[in-house]
Amino acid sequence: MPTKIEKDTLSGQDTTGHEWDGVKELNTPLPTWWVYTFWATIAFAAVYCVLYPSWPGLTGHTDGLLGYSSRADLSVELQAQAKVRANFVDKIRTTSLADIRKDPELFNFALAGGRSAFQTNCMQCHGAGGAGSKGFPNLVDDDWIWGGKLDQIYTTIEHGIRNTNDKSRQSLMPRFGADELLTTAQVAAVTDYVLSLSGRAKATPEGAKVWQEQCVACHLADGKGNQELGAPNLANGIWLYGGDRDSIYRTIYYARNGSMPAWSGRLDDATIKMLAIYVHALGGGR
Amino acid sequence: MDVRPNDDDVVSLRTAKAELPLYVTRIKVYPRAIKGLWRRVKWAAVMLLLGLYYVVPWLRWDRGPNAPNQAILIDLDGRRGWFFDVVIWPQEIYFVTGFLILAAFGLFLATSLFGRVWCGFACPQTVWTDLFMLVERLIEGDRNERMRLDRTPMSADKAMRKGLKHAAWLVIAAATGGAWVFYYVDAPSTLVKIFRGEASLETYFFIGLFTATTYILAGWAREQVCTYMCPWPRFQAAMLDEQSVIVTYQKWRGEPRGKHKAGASWDSRGDCVDCSLCVAVCPTGIDIRDGQQIECIGCGLCIDACTQTMGKVGRAPDLIRWDTLANQQAKDKGADRIAWRPLRPRTLLYAALLAIVAAVILAAFFLRSDTELTVQRDRSPNFVRLSNGDIRNSYAVKILNKRRDDQRFQLAVEDLPGATVGSVGAGIEGSGAGTGLTVHPDAVGTFRIFLTVPAGAAPSGSKPIEFTIRDATGRQRASHGAVFVGPTH
Repeated sequence: MPTKIEKDTLSGQDTTGHEWDGVKELNTPLPTWWVYTFWATIAFAAVYCVLYPSWPGLTGHTDGLLGYSSRADLSVELQAQAKVRANFVDKIRTTSLADIRKDPELFNFALAGGRSAFQTNCMQCHGAGGAGSKGFPNLVDDDWIWGGKLDQIYTTIEHGIRNTNDKSRQSLMPRFGADELLTTAQVAAVTDYVLSLSGRAKATPEGAKVWQEQCVACHLADGKGNQELGAPNLANGIWLYGGDRDSIYRTIYYARNGSMPAWSGRLDDATIKMLAIYVHALGGGR
Repeated sequence: MDVRPNDDDVVSLRTAKAELPLYVTRIKVYPRAIKGLWRRVKWAAVMLLLGLYYVVPWLRWDRGPNAPNQAILIDLDGRRGWFFDVVIWPQEIYFVTGFLILAAFGLFLATSLFGRVWCGFACPQTVWTDLFMLVERLIEGDRNERMRLDRTPMSADKAMRKGLKHAAWLVIAAATGGAWVFYYVDAPSTLVKIFRGEASLETYFFIGLFTATTYILAGWAREQVCTYMCPWPRFQAAMLDEQSVIVTYQKWRGEPRGKHKAGASWDSRGDCVDCSLCVAVCPTGIDIRDGQQIECIGCGLCIDACTQTMGKVGRAPDLIRWDTLANQQAKDKGADRIAWRPLRPRTLLYAALLAIVAAVILAAFFLRSDTELTVQRDRSPNFVRLSNGDIRNSYAVKILNKRRDDQRFQLAVEDLPGATVGSVGAGIEGSGAGTGLTVHPDAVGTFRIFLTVPAGAAPSGSKPIEFTIRDATGRQRASHGAVFVGPTH
């Protein structure tokens, strides 16, 4: 119930003018500095709402008078960064891969730039260190399906493998079992023959016959493969899809035709060059 | 016993509390000018320290091409500290840490011997406050004139004097802030850039920052910095004891104090004539006759004041003097003089610590190498199996060349039989065991090193190995441990 505001004799403070069951409350207002700060924050918020994007609508949000956008800020920062790098990037663009490799400064820049591009675009399949995994080639070893020279790596990155790009690396291994080009017995026999190339099984005459008829065109007689056609070396210890008997059988039966996107449309030429330099320097480059 | 206060006490406490402001109101101190031995010492310290501060960045030191020619330069962009012929790399920051520890122990030792000499004579707060007070005195006059000026209402003369004082302070403060940045950039070229508006934003920011702090701390805050802000007065008591030489008032000789007419008897009274000159000259506004106080910075100006007064009334000087508390307490009781003992467990301990830290720093300095090698093994992949079955590990090898000329190193790996060394990186000549790695002066060379071991010789699991680099004369310059990882069978 409202009462009249009176002065409390003990503290010398006024009461609030309210009474509850005989209890009166002292009026202890907030400190002035606190109140002013409070009003200042409200004023700040009001001004902010007018100047900056703030209120959500059904289809978007208010833009604010200053037209601020964090996206625009980012693009400005990116452009500034590109400007800083422009000197080097231009040089990378106009210098041949071999000459970049010879210039210590450009080489180091390309290694750093290639590493950064690799971590963004390539590591999802090839792994952070380029070690790959089943179906995704290891880029650190010395076994190359489409060639490990600088320009070969560059072409592979630029146009990709078995995709819709005009200059994409193309080749197709037949599905020998699934398309009934070979019987399951023949597939098993040639699997033994492939194993025999790395000394892990005894070749049968039937296996040798199938090998001669179906495989040597691409993988060559000694099984060392042909990088022109992306036909892997079958005579060494490196297997993209597994080197055990079962894996090799499945590879011949169903075929494997892994693909890689072309990067020419997504990355600029300088980045692709730096990627080629980086991958070449991972350890397997020829 | 029930110690609960009764209701009246609570009320009076509360009202008393309500009337007390949260902070003590500052009573402005108007230190009076004084001449004397300790004032001269203080002026000498001010000139020496300010001189050092302003002159040092301009000292030149020829280091040949591709190196700054500033004798003392902390190059944050280039990540080097240049101190004459010594170059400190970022990873050698422990030398700086060592010097800070030395400074701390030096301060402890000086304090336990001579009290707050640092505060009274060498602290930047004291030095710049002295300078600002000098300017204030030249423009506004001495203590009494300044007090009168502050009491009078604003007038053209007052506004002119106050304006002139603050302008002078700001100029000194700006020069102070400016001199600070010269320790971090090339002084002559930056000075020109500052005036042309071409210096970096950071340069202007730090000049602004140090201008503001100098102006506020030396012009306005003054003794409040020592009394409220500085942690040193709070814990220096731990270094002081009754054998430390501090500024003392000889109570046994001075009391009972009182005004003295010329020619009156000195019998049954003390030497203190209560002239209050010691209070008037005190930069922190305290009365030394009240005994030890946390505000006292030990500057000795009250000694000069008392010496002057004692001379005028014809009494022996040194009523206020440097002395130990032990001696004063003894004399208070009429006992014999207690001699000063500079060699005490406390001072010996500080001196020993000082010597040990100095020895460690010196040893580290003379043992430091001008070449460093670090090796980091690639963990992804852990190892690579090559097409012929060989096992290869990759390492990021960094060689620091702290010398002023190109260095060519031969890299070798020990404890790994059958290993061949391959490498990728700029500055590599040759291949295999004869690979030469060239590192530019004052730079870090980064190389990718491949160790390949034939399938049969590869260790199972991890095997510790050692990388070493040798210079052209075959002398081993640095080594670094690493491991080679092979497949576990």
